[in-house]
Amino acid sequence: MDLNLTDEELQFRDELRAWLAANLPKDWNEWREKPIEVSFPYLRAWQRKLHEGGWAAVSWPKEYGGRSASLMQQAIFWEEMTRVDAPPTANTLGLGIIGPTIIAHGTEAQKKRYIPKILSAEEIWCQGFSEPNAGSDLAGLQTEARLEGGDYIVNGQKVWTSYGWVGDWCEVVVRTDPSVAKHKGLTVVLVDMKSPGVDVRPLRQMTGESEFSEIFFREVRVPVANVLGSVNDGWNVAISTLMHERGAFGARLHLLFKRSIDRLIELSHSIQRNGSPAAKDPLIRQKLAQCYAEIEIMRLNQLRAFSRMAATGMPGPEGSILKIFWSELNQRLQQIAQEMLGPYGQLLGADRHAVDHGIWSYGYLRSRGNTIEAGTSEVQRNIIGHFVLGLPRSY
Amino acid sequence: MQFGLSDSQKLLQDSARKFFAAECPMSQVRRLIETDTAYDSALWSKMAEQGFTGIIFADEYDGTGLGTVELILLMEEAGRALLPGPFFSTVVLAGGVLNAIGTAEQKKKYLAPICRGERRSTVAILESSASWEPASVQLSAVNGKLNGEKLFVPDAAAADSLIVVARNGVFVVDADAPGVHIEPMSAMDLTRKLYSLRFENTPSEKLGDPAGLPKALDVATAALAAEMVGGMQRTLDITVEYAKTRKQFGKPIGVFQAVQHQCADMYLETESSRSASYYAAWALEENVPDAALAVSIAKMYASDASRAVGNRGIQVHGGMGFTWENDLHLYYRRAKASETMLGDAIFHRERIARLAIDSAARTAKSA
Repeated sequence: MDLNLTDEELQFRDELRAWLAANLPKDWNEWREKPIEVSFPYLRAWQRKLHEGGWAAVSWPKEYGGRSASLMQQAIFWEEMTRVDAPPTANTLGLGIIGPTIIAHGTEAQKKRYIPKILSAEEIWCQGFSEPNAGSDLAGLQTEARLEGGDYIVNGQKVWTSYGWVGDWCEVVVRTDPSVAKHKGLTVVLVDMKSPGVDVRPLRQMTGESEFSEIFFREVRVPVANVLGSVNDGWNVAISTLMHERGAFGARLHLLFKRSIDRLIELSHSIQRNGSPAAKDPLIRQKLAQCYAEIEIMRLNQLRAFSRMAATGMPGPEGSILKIFWSELNQRLQQIAQEMLGPYGQLLGADRHAVDHGIWSYGYLRSRGNTIEAGTSEVQRNIIGHFVLGLPRSY
Repeated sequence: MQFGLSDSQKLLQDSARKFFAAECPMSQVRRLIETDTAYDSALWSKMAEQGFTGIIFADEYDGTGLGTVELILLMEEAGRALLPGPFFSTVVLAGGVLNAIGTAEQKKKYLAPICRGERRSTVAILESSASWEPASVQLSAVNGKLNGEKLFVPDAAAADSLIVVARNGVFVVDADAPGVHIEPMSAMDLTRKLYSLRFENTPSEKLGDPAGLPKALDVATAALAAEMVGGMQRTLDITVEYAKTRKQFGKPIGVFQAVQHQCADMYLETESSRSASYYAAWALEENVPDAALAVSIAKMYASDASRAVGNRGIQVHGGMGFTWENDLHLYYRRAKASETMLGDAIFHRERIARLAIDSAARTAKSA
């Protein structure tokens, strides 16, 4: 065990620090709390800049525009981005999840076609997995694709698609063989969202905004060249995407949580409680300290998982503890914010009395989704029970 | 950067695990808890032969010269085996304090025999206030004589010397010196017995410079957190095994999600405690600026987690978990004792608050 940086890692970090010092935008605070439709061009520009510097997808192989960064270098990358409070990228799913899946399962032609534009944020990607009747039981999905000439014809409906409103391309899991067991007849296809028959509708969520979309496919033609991996091997391709979602992808969240707890601690010195600053209130101190500690443990769990992954090359099912940990942690963090803010906690961004432009009322509502999206906590606990602890399958 | 064990660390972990499995199986634990001190001289000699009793101390005091991470790994294995007796009190607490604040001469006199496995010792901190705040210590030495009472002192009856934290320094006392009264406190943990000490004009020797005491106690706290991780891991292993074999409604109970999710939470709590205690050990070894914070994070989390893991393990076992015959309660008792030892979660959250919240106020003011 040695958490000191090696010479190579130090060089990587210093190069990144130097680049950030010269290129990090100074005006992110002015954009941070704007609706994503408004800030999206800003995020695209930031990603393009990262890409020009070679920092958009450090984990990817050099030949596909990455830096072939080791897992530890990736950890360093996210620690540095946290340290400078960098804006997020625009093509989050493309860079974090879908690009790696294309690199792992795609043909050379597919990699050449899609990867550069994922990096440059020229083409934004979304993900069509869940359906109205296939949430936790993803393999029960019904969107079907039948072969007709050189094309698959896709019919069905996807739901909870992030970035659907801005997506140029979508990684869609479809049923290509309804005659076999549910896991076996699935295929992943890459769908051009401008294809005739694709209809994207905003899905309004409990926060009031429409972060996700529903996508309807009616007789959508997808060339067979757009199959990712093998026909009827879609479950394995999808699983590798989900592993990325639950593994390395979670590392990025540390950036947000660290910022949140730092801000809460800052607020605790100005918010009054029982006639003195909340920071002096023993109960609030206990809760903030608990949260602060858990955010640090989240980082350490991630580092340990990275070290484990470095040996195997793939995120393992242990990634499930990371997902449970961060999602439940954020709910506790938001709850503490509400307890500190009292009546102010409920104010939305539009209200002139709102604290921090309403990020705490938003965060409170939004955090309910954390234990549901990207695999519910129940599914994650099933995965740990069966795949990590070796208990019999419960479903 | 590598948050995994090196080959030599894995080797130590493996050999310690095998050692305790062979020399301290549950039958031995069960035998020792029925004794007055839970100390076994034969087992102690074997641990000394392995170099365990001098693990982190320098060669010049007959130590083994390994680092804090190695100590943490050894403690994790000791915790897994529920090792009874004064290993933590002697080596980690007393040895650590002697090493940190003793003069070279005092180390030769008191630490070296500990390393060689010849002597046992312990550290007395708490008094009737039962507060781990250093400022709560009332007892002080007058003209080298101690008068007063210490409570919750682990393994004092097995100790040859007692290290006493007083207001005006840290003192070492011979266990059979005049005016030393050692009385057992009847407490939950049967493997690490607690005692009250009373001193009446007891002669003592002052240890060098007490400035190193907080760091020594931080190392002990991290080691204790690691021992708790070992206990959690064993509780999890026993529970998963039971869930696979115990049948109700014609199925192993581990097939039910209500049971499986308890096990998943035990896994999450155990692994998270492990991450935090390993990091604390490394931070102490490297003297990184946030080492004290890392120690409090580890002990805070492990204190709550070890109780939660024990609760879940007993619940999954149903009626079996409530029997004396089942081993879980022995781990559960240890977990409760360790939870309060060197500060419980509430104590360490307050320490985290001082380090992370109050320092933010200072930064804000100076900015």
